[in-house]
Amino acid sequence: MRDFSYLRADNIEAARNAAALPGAMLLAGGTTLIDLAKCGVVEPATVIDISHIEGLNAIDVTADRALIGALAKMSHVADHAEVKSLFPAVSEALWQAASAQLRNMATIGGNLMQRTRCPYFRDPANFPACNKREPGSGCSAIGGVTRGHAVLGVSEACIATYPEDLAVALVAFDAEVDLGERRLTVEDFFLAPGATAEQEHDIRPGEVITAIEIPGSAAARRSTYIKVRDRQSYEFAAASAAVGLELEGDGRTIRDIRVALGGVATKPWRARAVEDALKGKALDEATIREASELAMQGAVDHGANHYKIALAPRVIARAILKLGETA
Amino acid sequence: MTVHDMKHAASDSARLEAVGGRLSRVDGPAKITGAAHYAFEQQLEGLAHAVLVGATIAAGKVTAIDARAAETAPGVLAVLTPDTIMELKGASDWFGNPPALSTYCPLAREITFSGQHVAAVVAETFEQAVAAAALVKVWYDETPAIVDLSDGKAGDGIPIDAMTKEWGDAQAAFAAAPVRICAAYNTPREFQAAMEPHGLIARWEGDELTVWEPSQWLDGMARTYAEWFDIPFRNVRLVSPYIGGGFGSKALALAHSAVTAAAAKMLGRPVKLVLNRPQNFTSYGGRAATRQTVAIGADKTGRIQSIVHRGVNETAVDGMWVEPLGSVTSIMYATPNFSSKQNVVRVNTVVPGAKRAPGENPSAFGIECAIDELAHELGLDPLEMRLINYAEQDPHAKKAWSTRQLREAFAAGAEAFGWAKRSPQPRSMREGRQLIGWGVAAGTYPVRRAHGEAVVKLLADGSVEVESSSIDMGQGTYTILAQTAAETLGVPVSQVWVKLGDSHFARAGVTGGSRLAGVMTGAVYKAAGQALNELIGLALSDPLSPFHGLQANTLVVRNGRIASPRGDGPELAIAELMSMLGRERIEAKGDTVPPSFTPEQRYNNYTTIAMALPHTEGDYSRYSWCAHFVEVRVDEDFGTVRVSRVVSALDSGRLYNPKLAESQWKGGIIMGIGQALLEEGIVDRRHGRIVNSNFADYMLPTNADIPDIQTISVGIPDPHSSALGGKGVGELGIVGVAPAIANAVFHATGKRVRDLPITLEKLI
Ligand SMILES: Cc1cc2nc3c(=O)[nH]c(=O)nc-3n(C[C@H](O)[C@H](O)[C@H](O)COP(=O)(O)OP(=O)(O)OC[C@H]3O[C@@H](n4cnc5c(N)ncnc54)[C@H](O)[C@@H]3O)c2cc1C
Ligand code: SF4
Repeated sequence: MRDFSYLRADNIEAARNAAALPGAMLLAGGTTLIDLAKCGVVEPATVIDISHIEGLNAIDVTADRALIGALAKMSHVADHAEVKSLFPAVSEALWQAASAQLRNMATIGGNLMQRTRCPYFRDPANFPACNKREPGSGCSAIGGVTRGHAVLGVSEACIATYPEDLAVALVAFDAEVDLGERRLTVEDFFLAPGATAEQEHDIRPGEVITAIEIPGSAAARRSTYIKVRDRQSYEFAAASAAVGLELEGDGRTIRDIRVALGGVATKPWRARAVEDALKGKALDEATIREASELAMQGAVDHGANHYKIALAPRVIARAILKLGETA
Repeated sequence: MTVHDMKHAASDSARLEAVGGRLSRVDGPAKITGAAHYAFEQQLEGLAHAVLVGATIAAGKVTAIDARAAETAPGVLAVLTPDTIMELKGASDWFGNPPALSTYCPLAREITFSGQHVAAVVAETFEQAVAAAALVKVWYDETPAIVDLSDGKAGDGIPIDAMTKEWGDAQAAFAAAPVRICAAYNTPREFQAAMEPHGLIARWEGDELTVWEPSQWLDGMARTYAEWFDIPFRNVRLVSPYIGGGFGSKALALAHSAVTAAAAKMLGRPVKLVLNRPQNFTSYGGRAATRQTVAIGADKTGRIQSIVHRGVNETAVDGMWVEPLGSVTSIMYATPNFSSKQNVVRVNTVVPGAKRAPGENPSAFGIECAIDELAHELGLDPLEMRLINYAEQDPHAKKAWSTRQLREAFAAGAEAFGWAKRSPQPRSMREGRQLIGWGVAAGTYPVRRAHGEAVVKLLADGSVEVESSSIDMGQGTYTILAQTAAETLGVPVSQVWVKLGDSHFARAGVTGGSRLAGVMTGAVYKAAGQALNELIGLALSDPLSPFHGLQANTLVVRNGRIASPRGDGPELAIAELMSMLGRERIEAKGDTVPPSFTPEQRYNNYTTIAMALPHTEGDYSRYSWCAHFVEVRVDEDFGTVRVSRVVSALDSGRLYNPKLAESQWKGGIIMGIGQALLEEGIVDRRHGRIVNSNFADYMLPTNADIPDIQTISVGIPDPHSSALGGKGVGELGIVGVAPAIANAVFHATGKRVRDLPITLEKLI
């Protein structure tokens, strides 16, 4: 039997202490943890249930910032009136993630910690080689089925796509993650694989995500999230973009723009080259499309995922054009 | 409790209840409230749990199995391997052909596909069995696998001569035709993906075996169990009152069934085994991947001169599956010259199987896309093209259609869809950044017929029981048989109890090929008629009856009350009459089996498919028909295809219950949308393994992918197809959907995608 012990943490201190135990894993909504345990990918020695900690599910939004507790449910954040009006891309990213049932269970903290959907990662019985699971064991994906794999931020060790939606919007708007003792930008919190594919997040034993803070901005207020996939709902992104736009008083010159990509990179991917190319430029389709191509600088494909290199810039361009139209 | 016992809604009026009425599913309330118990929900004393260990290679040999760690793991009762599992006898195939080998081992030593069962662990609890199964170590001697049809090692395959259909001189006529198209069409490996997984609970009492297992064919599976364990057929009882979807996959007892029943026998305890989702992709076959080339030659007015068709489907290394790819090609259009041939290619897969409309479905994808290509080549409207080449009789069998309302389907569908407003040029309709395309395709499915039987009992309280070992997997057997019995006997539906899904009931053949409704309504009609005759006979002849001595040669029953046709004399409820007659029950077994059949033939009629009646028997060729009109929206940047409108007109003959028929058609159309745009088993070419064997990665349409679907019935009663005039419903709806969508995508984008599914990277 795969026995494990179960601890229920009633407060954040207890959670941190327990999280420092060897083999301990936090349980929030459980939609990732239990799934991966069933696949045999994780075998926690201790499961620490944090879902009962009070106050950790608060959502507090002002014009300056959104403060979202780690235990807030995806569906609550998505449906929050001020999140919708002041950070529309955040709400849209959440609405297009997973399914209604999952969003009602899943938490924002757990969402950030979600693992890749690489099919080789999820099937240890048949594919022992996976650097993310077993450092140094190799990568089963390279040379295999790669339609969903990343083209940006890949290494020889791992090409797994970061699958999640919310963090793409968070990265676009310089959000920070609160780990108690430490605070990091969400962008820094996620790690590209490099030679250490097993390290996905800058989080240390005993650390617990308590909240996410998103600074308010004009670009965040005028933002959107476009997610492209074969199926209309309940599918991970083939490519997605979170874009925020602030125009000059003339209504057509770009003052500030934020662009981040999902579904194509090993971590939520900020496309600064696109932002830099467009700041100060007029909102014109040809300019936007040309600049959007810059997001793919350094892209590397593995055959079946080649289409992502063509697709992602179009998603960016369409998101910008959509925001331009809704002046 | 093996049958649902929810009361039928009292508000259903007589009009709804009659055959042809829109009665809601009588099993619906039981399913919605959870009162319906599915196979795996049986609670049995002493139940043990089995979990399978699957091969991690696609080809080779098992050289050693180390089960020691698993055997000593907590709760483990047994680890079964090819060496330790009891020996079974070989069983005949579904045609009744005797087995090639006299013994059968359901755990493999020779591996022919990835995931094949090599061992099984039985433990006190499911969790213990799962944990111990992970401890079983298997060593292999791996050999190169042929992963799929495009594998360089696959070769051309084996010609299947029985599939060859030829008339005229197709090659010469094609070469001489002034207008020609020739293209290749591919469909991938697809899976039935029923919500309810496969599995079973097996229990032995002496040499009697009871199996709770979702089944589309109780009698056929019972025969297999009986042969495996060398016990009489009647010693096997298969119970399957409810099935959570089958789509063709649940008609056979499979290797995992054998392992479970053997484990139960060896341990002397009931054993339960449920395949996990990935195992549902490797323990039985889905639709075989197919390749077709279709060449059509026509004159300048669009009249087809020749069709040359070649098809290939994959099959297993150690099992044969032929997906008849020329089935629609050879009958849809009139052509003076025709040639169709087919090969099958062995690859390292589990043997493919039946998935909704096997044969017709991929066949229609080829011919219905090709005809669209030809229409485009000629500058003709694709609907016009189809009418120009309308087949007035079966071009292959050269027989009259029993009924063919396809012209009516085209007309009704086009009218409701607004086809006349279609702008002919590809890429000429758009809304913002969405390219809009309209496509049409036809579909067909043969009327499969068989002989059936049913028992109808009139009980002392006036209620009626109908018994049959046929099944209801959601298609509505409970409902239409209640309607048939109620109408024939003249009682309200609320007094009729239909009991299905127990192999000890009156026998039934396979529920597949859309035949069950036609077969079973005929059998129930007959049995109920016999019961009624017996009741009336007794009422007129029995001295205890108040009708005794009445000057009438018959009586009528209406709304559960019996009276003389002229209304003279008494009128009583059936229950009152039964009590006066002192009868507990009147029971009749009715069948449509020819009286000349021997017991052996009767047995084969229900336990094999060898006795099915050809659809071209006698003077007629019998098919159902349909025409699908589809609108798609394709994002010009993203290549994403969304179906925004479907109008389908269908000829299934007379509908026993239009509400159920519509939901069957719509289910087929939805499955067709998935087939066109999403479904594909993706194989890792190095390992010969399906890597998307779960519901997060094997894409099926969600509600958001499905638009409003309008279905129009254009059928008329077809007396040559079934006793009550119906033709097939269940499989027809899916046939032609994928080509209609592919044709619409071409119209939207100007790009012809001939490989399913039409995923976004094929359009950007
Ligand atoms: C079929 C399916 C489809 C999906 N589709 C999408 C999709 O399209 N887009 C998308 O974005 N997501 C998708 N998801 C993922 C879903 O959003 C995540 O499973 C969910 O957000 C995880 O949240 P949870 O609270 O259930 O996490 P849990 O499963 O409880 O935890 C997940 C991980 O995070 C850790 N953890 C949890 N809380 C904290 C904390 N406060 N601090 C530190 N570590 C913590 C846990 O230890 C665990 O390792 C899908 C999931 C499934 C199963
Ligand atoms: S891509 Fe990464 S996660 Fe996938 S198999 Fe390779 S190392 Fe593992």
